[in-house]
Parts: sequence; C-alpha cells; structure tokens
Amino acid sequence: MSSIPFSAQLINLFAAAILLLGFAMLAQRRNLALVNLFAFQGLCLCLATLTTAISTGQTHLFYSAGLTLALKVVALPWILYRLVRQLNVGGEAEALINIPTTMLVGIVLVMIAFNVALPISELSQTITRGTLGIALAVVMLAFLMMITRQKAISQVVGFLSMENGLFLAATSATYGMPMVVELGIALDVLVGMIILGVFFFQIRDQFDSLDIRHMEKLKDN
Amino acid sequence: MISVSGLIGQVFAIALALLLAPLLAGWVGQCRAWLQSRSAPPLLLPYYMLHKLFNKDVVLAHGASSLFRAAPFIIFGCMVLACAIVPTLSTDLPFAPAADALALVGVFGLARIFIALAGMDVGTSFGTLGGRREMLVGFLAEPALLMVFFTLAMIAQSTSLPTIVETLAHRELVIYPSLAFAGVAFTFVSLAENARVPVDNPATHLELTMIHEAMILEYSGRHLALIEWAASLKLYAYSCLGLALFFPWGIAPGDDFLALVAAIPLLVLKLAIGGFLLAGIETVNAKMRIFRAPEFLGTAFMLAVLGLLVRLLLEARV
Repeated sequence: MSSIPFSAQLINLFAAAILLLGFAMLAQRRNLALVNLFAFQGLCLCLATLTTAISTGQTHLFYSAGLTLALKVVALPWILYRLVRQLNVGGEAEALINIPTTMLVGIVLVMIAFNVALPISELSQTITRGTLGIALAVVMLAFLMMITRQKAISQVVGFLSMENGLFLAATSATYGMPMVVELGIALDVLVGMIILGVFFFQIRDQFDSLDIRHMEKLKDN
Repeated sequence: MISVSGLIGQVFAIALALLLAPLLAGWVGQCRAWLQSRSAPPLLLPYYMLHKLFNKDVVLAHGASSLFRAAPFIIFGCMVLACAIVPTLSTDLPFAPAADALALVGVFGLARIFIALAGMDVGTSFGTLGGRREMLVGFLAEPALLMVFFTLAMIAQSTSLPTIVETLAHRELVIYPSLAFAGVAFTFVSLAENARVPVDNPATHLELTMIHEAMILEYSGRHLALIEWAASLKLYAYSCLGLALFFPWGIAPGDDFLALVAAIPLLVLKLAIGGFLLAGIETVNAKMRIFRAPEFLGTAFMLAVLGLLVRLLLEARV
C-alpha cells in the first residue's frame, strides 16, 4: 500500500465517491434529489481533476477543473433545477425495473467494467490509471439509468452523468483531452442541455406528461 | 498463550460492556427525546427498568415450552460472548480465538434464531409475525455484514477481529476508499440489526410495524429484563465493532496497561458521539414500510460488494 502516493490515494477516494454517487443516482426515486446527486458528482469530479492537476503540474488540467466546476456544479444543475421547478416534476420518477434489480444489474456492470479496464490500465503510465475502471463503470451505470428510466428528466441526468464518466476516463488515461476538444465538449453539453430543456416543454405540451413512452405512438400520417 | 494482563483486560472489557450497554441505550433515548423536542427520560432509565423487572415475578403463558424459558439466557449469553470478542479497549483478548469475524455473525445469528423461535413458541399471532419479520430482515442483513467483514479481512489478511483492528489502528495514514463503502454498509446493517428507525422502531408497540417488540410481547419479569439487557448489549457490541473497525484510534495494543486505562474515556467519548449520531439518524428518517426493508438492505449489500470490488481494483497493487 505504501507504494501508492498520497495524491493518488486522494484521487482514488474521489473516484470511489463518483462511483458511489452513480449508484445513488441509480437508486434515487425523486427527480430533485437526482439533480442534487448530479451536482455532487460534478464536485467530486472537479476535486479529482484538481488533485491530478496539482500532483502532476499539468496546467491545462486546472482549466478543465475550473470548467467542470462552472459547468457541472453550477450551470447545469441550476438549469435542471429551474426545469424541474417549471415543469413541476420534482416528485417520483418511475423506473421500468424495480430498484433492487437495477442495482444488482449495476453491480454486474461494475464487475465487467473493472475487468475490462484492468489490462488497459496496466499499459498506462499515469498516476491515475487505477480510476479508469471506475470511469468505465460510471459510464455503464449512466447507460443503465437511461435505459431503465421512463421520464425524460432522469434520462437527461443519466446522459450528463455519462459525460462525467467519460471526462474521468480521459483524465485517468491520458491526463485529459486537448483543451480545444474539452471546450468543444463542454459547449456541446451546455447547448444540448438548453435544447433538451426546450424539448421538455414541447413534449409536455404535446402529451401532458414527460413519459417518453407516449412518443412510441408517434406516426407519420 | 494466555497472559495475566490479557485475562484482566478481557474480564474488564466484559464487565464494562455489561455496565455501559444500558447507559448507551439510555443516552440514545435521551438524545432522541432532545432532538424531537420532547422532555427527555432520565439517563439511567434502562437501569431502573432492569432493576424493576428483575424484582418482578415471571408470568408464563400456558403453552410455553422449556425453549421459551431457556431463550432469554441463550440470547443474553450470545450477546455477552459477542461483546467479549469485539475489541473494545485492547486487542489482546484471550477469548478472541473462540470466534473470528465470520463466527461472530454466526453468534448474532444464533441469538436471532432463538428469539424468533421463542416468539413463535407461545403461538400468539404477534409473536409469529414478529419472528417472520425478524428472519426476513436477518437473512438480508447477514450477507451484507459478511461482505463488510470480507473487505476488512482482505485489508488485514486475516478474519480475526483483533488482528484486523491491530492492522487498521497501527498503520501509516492510508486512505482506503473501500473502507468508506464498507462503513456506510455497516451503518445500514447495524440500523437494521438493532431494530432502529428506518427498519423498526424500538419504542413502538403498534401491531402493524413492530418487529423486535412483537417477538418479546409474552415475556415478563427477569426473562424480559435479560432480553432488554441483551438488546442493549447488541447495540453496544455493534457500536463498538463499528468504532473499532472504522475509528480504531486509541485502542490499546495489548499488554500496555496504561494504554488500556486511557482507552476507557476515549471509548466513552466515541460511544457518546456515536449514540448522538444514531439518535440523529433516527430523528431525520421516517420508518419505512416493511417491504422497503429489502431495498434498504439490498443497498447495504451492494455497497459492501462495491467496497470489495474497489479494494480489488484500486488498492490491491502493492
């Protein structure tokens, strides 16, 4: 154990917290709490990136940490809050499969992700290589959440959480993507969020509900 | 190899457990009352209760078998053994080889089976109902508890509780993310096992919700006193286990008598803080429906498995 430096331990801790929050989101029934958990996940991601930046001295990681803080801890949760308030959907979010089953599937996914990531992370030389498995697991859990939820809001939170996982993967494997790419993705997510917000209102106007099962009835007449 | 100082420490630890356990229960009750802005019962209420009950005559139901009479003593014995195994003050415990962490789960299981059987023995509907619910909670909580112990055993390379605590207490500062998962899972399991609020309410006698109380409705006199004492011992054992595993600082390394004495106020302080937090958890949470309990304990199991996986992924490379 003593061979792992302290900063790597901190990063591992934050990565574990991100995974834990991913599971908490999977288990969460209420939309408003879901947004809270997403904000916390963003905060953990920001702290993990910041620790990596300090321990490796990579300047562009400081920018990405700042970007994460501004976008995923402040801006996106704030937009989501407003949406939840305006749409009045703070209450129960329906899940297709019951929660304990979802969690068991989630554990299996984590095992798969860890096993897949182990040989890949052996190749990597970064101090954060251990967290690659966690990043993959977070991506898969977010996928699972998008599959099992019916309401549009929780699907969007799942999508954003997946982006968190990808960001963690990029940081852990190669100390982050080039700044241009990162800025581009950040802008994409922000614009996507705004567009999806508009979509929510359209969906609700059309069907009086955010349940996307209604969209299966759409036909070209 | 049993040393004299070890034996003294062991006897002292058991005596302290027997004395402190009702106090801990009283403290939790008092904190609960404060937090819910009710006027608090006296801190020593559990002692008065025990004194009162020991002086009362036992009333036995007509259909009660010898099992009904033996069960309180078996349950009490199990809990005393559990308190003897858990390292509360020092890690030099001559009794500890009697049962490692896995056998400790078995000791709790034995007590659970007897209290459920005793509840069913008299044949009242409440006792049967309580026994069934207790077994439902128990069979969900046990695997989660075992998983927590597996995680710790992997860190310490041993399932013996003193060795685990020794490894955790006297090490250089290393952050184990897996311990965080295991700690949360252990908290969930302790709440369920000790009939605390999200799963059961220790203060209720409402027939729809009670679990623990339903099983012991038919007991009276010294039998009830023993069961109440055993319940507080169980809470004490779980609290000490949690403190020893996740906050092990201050537990004496063994033959050091001075450290043993110094460990007592620290233990009392840690228990007081733990009891206050427990009361806080009980205040901010509502009791959940019995059919939500599998979800609650399923979460605990999942967290414990995650701890194990995180341990394998992040910390296994030495």
